[in-house]
Amino acid sequence: MNPRRSSSSPPSPSDRRLSALARHLSPPSESGSSGGGGVISRSLASSSSLAGGGGGSVFSHVSRAPEDPILGVTVAFNKDPSPVKLNLGVGAYRTEEGKPLVLNVVRRAEQQLINDRARVKEYLPIVGLAEFNKFSAKLILGADSPAILENRVTTVQCLSGTGSLRVGGEFLARHYHQHTIYIPKPTWGNHPKVFTLAGLSVKYYRYYDPATRGLDFQGLLEDLGSAPLGAVVLLHACAHNPTGVDPTLQQWEQIRQLIRSRRLLPFFDSAYQGFASGSLDADAQPIRSFVADGGECLVAQSYAKNMGLYGERVGALSIVCRTADVASRVESQLKLVIRPMYSNPPIHGASIVAAILRDREMYNEWTIELKAMADRIISMRHQLFDALRARGTPGDWSHIIKQIGMFTFTGLNSQQVAFMTKEYHIYMTSDGRISMAGLSSRTVPHLADAIHAAVTRVV
Amino acid sequence: MAVRAGATSRILSRSSVVGARSVSSCWRSVEPAPKDPILGVTEAFLADPSPGKVNVGVGAYRDDNGKPVVLECVREAERRIAGNLNMEYLPMGGSVKMVEETLKLAYGEDSEFIKDKRIAAVQALSGTGACRLFADFQKRFCPESQIYIPVPTWANHHNIWRDAHVPQRTYHYYHPESKGLDFAALMDDIKNAPNGSFFLLHACAHNPTGVDPSEDQWREISYQFKVKGHFPFFDMAYQGFASGDPERDAKSIRIFLEDSHAIGIAQSYAKNMGLYGQRVGCLSVLCEDEKQAIAVKSQLQQLARPMYSNPPLHGAVIVSTILSNPDLKSLWLKEVKVMADRIIGMRTALRENLEKLGSPLSWKHITEQIGMFCYSGMTPEQVDRLTKEYHIYMTRNGRISMAGVTTGNVGYLANAINMVTKSS
Repeated sequence: MNPRRSSSSPPSPSDRRLSALARHLSPPSESGSSGGGGVISRSLASSSSLAGGGGGSVFSHVSRAPEDPILGVTVAFNKDPSPVKLNLGVGAYRTEEGKPLVLNVVRRAEQQLINDRARVKEYLPIVGLAEFNKFSAKLILGADSPAILENRVTTVQCLSGTGSLRVGGEFLARHYHQHTIYIPKPTWGNHPKVFTLAGLSVKYYRYYDPATRGLDFQGLLEDLGSAPLGAVVLLHACAHNPTGVDPTLQQWEQIRQLIRSRRLLPFFDSAYQGFASGSLDADAQPIRSFVADGGECLVAQSYAKNMGLYGERVGALSIVCRTADVASRVESQLKLVIRPMYSNPPIHGASIVAAILRDREMYNEWTIELKAMADRIISMRHQLFDALRARGTPGDWSHIIKQIGMFTFTGLNSQQVAFMTKEYHIYMTSDGRISMAGLSSRTVPHLADAIHAAVTRVV
Repeated sequence: MAVRAGATSRILSRSSVVGARSVSSCWRSVEPAPKDPILGVTEAFLADPSPGKVNVGVGAYRDDNGKPVVLECVREAERRIAGNLNMEYLPMGGSVKMVEETLKLAYGEDSEFIKDKRIAAVQALSGTGACRLFADFQKRFCPESQIYIPVPTWANHHNIWRDAHVPQRTYHYYHPESKGLDFAALMDDIKNAPNGSFFLLHACAHNPTGVDPSEDQWREISYQFKVKGHFPFFDMAYQGFASGDPERDAKSIRIFLEDSHAIGIAQSYAKNMGLYGQRVGCLSVLCEDEKQAIAVKSQLQQLARPMYSNPPLHGAVIVSTILSNPDLKSLWLKEVKVMADRIIGMRTALRENLEKLGSPLSWKHITEQIGMFCYSGMTPEQVDRLTKEYHIYMTRNGRISMAGVTTGNVGYLANAINMVTKSS
C-alpha cells in the first residue's frame, strides 16, 4: 500500500470546505438546487442527478417474506376474543393453568448468579463455557461413555438446537465429502432451511405413515438403503417433531445397522431429552447405541424445552470422532465456522445450565421437575384419548397415546382444522399437529368436542 | 424367528467388524485450523509467571486495577429483572423494546426516520452477528455486489464477508508515516470504486488504529458517497466509549443521515455497556419508506431463523431496562464517561511518560487516536522484544489496548517501549 500524497501537507479544513463547495457549484447539471449560498447538505438532499442518489435504495426490490406459519397461528389466536379459545400451536410447555413455566431450579441458579458479585461478563471462548460443554456431553452420551473417556468427543456451545444444527451443517459442508443430508418427511419446518443455508443439499426419507399414523419403517429403510454411501442422515433423537412418532428400540437397532453398513453419517437432533419419556437416560438411548458401536456422529442438543430456557438460546453441538487427534482438529475448524457468525456464544443460559448440572442436589431437583412436565403431557394424551372414546368419536385414536413428546399428529385434514378454528376457536397448524403442552384437564373436553364435530361433520 | 435372529446377529457382527476395521475417520484429512492471533496473546500472557507482566492485547475494558468491570447500571438492571422474566422465545427480530431504544442511540432520540418507521431493525448477536446478518442479506439481495473494507480493520470483518460469500476489496485508510488517516488515498479509492459500491465504515474509534476522520473529513466522504451512490455500512462498536459522549460518537452517522444516505448500521453493547459475553447488538437498515422497512425486516428475519431462530433474551432485557429507565440511563451515561475518560487519561499519561523519557520519536498519535486501541507504530520485532524482555503482551501489529494500561503499569510500559524503539 503506497500512500500517494505522503510528502505534501494535507489540505486545511477550510480548503477542503471550499473545494467541496466549488465542486458542487461548477458543473451546471449538478446544481438542481438553491444557489451558491445554500448549505451543502440541503443541496445534496434535493439534487436528483447524483449517481445512484436521489433517495433510491439499493434494496427497493426486496419483497416481504411470507409469514411464519406457526407464528401466524399465535397471531390469529391473540386476535380471537372468544373466552373458550385454545392455542395448540405453541411449541413451548404450558402449565395446567396455561402459563409458561420457569423451573424452580432455574430460578435458584439465576439467583446464585446474581448474588455472586465476583461474576463478570467477559467474552466466552469461541467454543463457549468449558464446564457447560463437558456436562452437556456427559448428559447426552452418558458420563461413562467410552467416547468421552477416550477424549474423542468435541463439544461446542451453540445457540440452542438451531445454532447447533447450523454450525454442524456448515462444518460438514466444508470438511465432509458428501454434501447431501437426508431429513425425515415430515420434519421441523426450519430443518431444510438450516441445512440449505449451511451449504448442504437436502433430500427426504420416508418417515410418517398417514394410514397408520405411525412410522413408515419399510419406507425409511428403503430410502436410507438407497441413499448414496456416506450421505448425512438427520435423526430426531426422540419425540419426533411434528409427528410424535419414534422408532422402537428394535427399529432403532435396524436403523443403526443400515446406517453403519452404508457408512451414512448420523446427525442427531436432540431437542427433547428427558421431556419425551420423563427419563433422561431412556431418551438418550438411541444416540448412545450409535456411539457404542465406535462410529462417528454429530449431536445437536437443546436446553430450550427440557430446562425451559427457550429464549436464552442454550445448546451444544457434539461431534463424536474416531480418535482424540481428529476431535481436536475438528474443534479447531468449528471455531472458524463460529467466529464469523457471532464470535462466541451467549453466557447467561449456559451459566444457568452449568450451575444446575454441577450440583448434585440441583440436578436431582431438575430431573423431578422435568419428569413432572413429561408426566403432565402424557396425562393430557390419556385424557384426550379417553374423552374421544367416551364420545364414540369414529376412528382409531390410539396414536394419541402411542405418539410421544410435545406434539400429536392428529391425522385431521386442513378443512377439519379450519372448521375447528372457526366453530370451536381451536388454534393449531393446518397439518393437524397439536401441542399437548397447550392442553389442560379443564380444556380437554372442549378439544374432544371439537375433534368429534370435525370428524363427523367435515370430510 | 430363529433364522431371523441368526441373520440379525450376522448383520450385527458384520457391522461391528466393519466398524472396527475402518478406523479411518470421516474427518481424517481435516487440517488443524490456525490459531486466532488475538486469543494467542492472552493465552501466552496467562502462561507467563512473571509478576510484572502486562496485558495490552485484551480488547475488553479494565479498570485502573486491571480488573474487568460489570457496570452498576447493569447490576441494578439484573436485580430488577431477576425472578421476573419468563424465558419464552423472543420474536425472530428480537426484543422490540431493546431495538427501539437502540435505534434512538444511533439515529437520534427524535429521529424522523424512527417516527416514519423507515428503519428495518433486528436484534443481533452483538456486532459480529449484526455484520454477518447484513453480509448475508447483501449477498442474497445484491448478489453481484462487493464490500470495500478499510486497511487495516478488525480481522474478523474479512472472515464475516468471506463466509457470506461476498467478494472483498480494500480501501486506503491508515497512513503509517503520520500514524493518522490517509485521507487523500481514501478519497481516491471512494472515487475510483464503481458507482453503487458497498463500503464498510467504522463509525468511531476505528479498530485497530484508533484513527478517525475529522468531522469535516466525514462530510467530504459523505458528499463523495452521494456522488458515487455508494452504500455506507457503519460498524459502530464503541458509541460512547470513544469520546465519552454517545451523541458525539454518532456524529459520522448523523452526517450521512443529513445527507440522505440510506445507511446500514451494526451496533454493539459489548464495550459500552460491558455486556461482552451476553452478545447483544442490533442491525438496522434505513429504507425508503415504512413498507420497504417491513419487507427488509422480514427478510433479515428469514436469515436469522436458520442461523439461531431468535436471539438471546437476557442481555436484551438488561439493555432495554437500562435505556428505558431514566435513572438507569443517566447512570449508564456517567459510567460510560468514566470508562472513556480513564482511557483518555491513560493515553495522556503514556505519551507524557514517553516524552519525559526523552524518546526521540513522536508519540502525539497516542493522544490523537481515539477509543480502546492505539496503533503504536512499533514493528513486530519490537513487539517481540517487549514480550521477551519485558513480559508485555500485545498483538504483533503494534496495537496497544489502552484498556490494559493502568496508573500502576504506565510507567513500566513507557520505559519498555522507549527501550525497544529508541534506536530505530
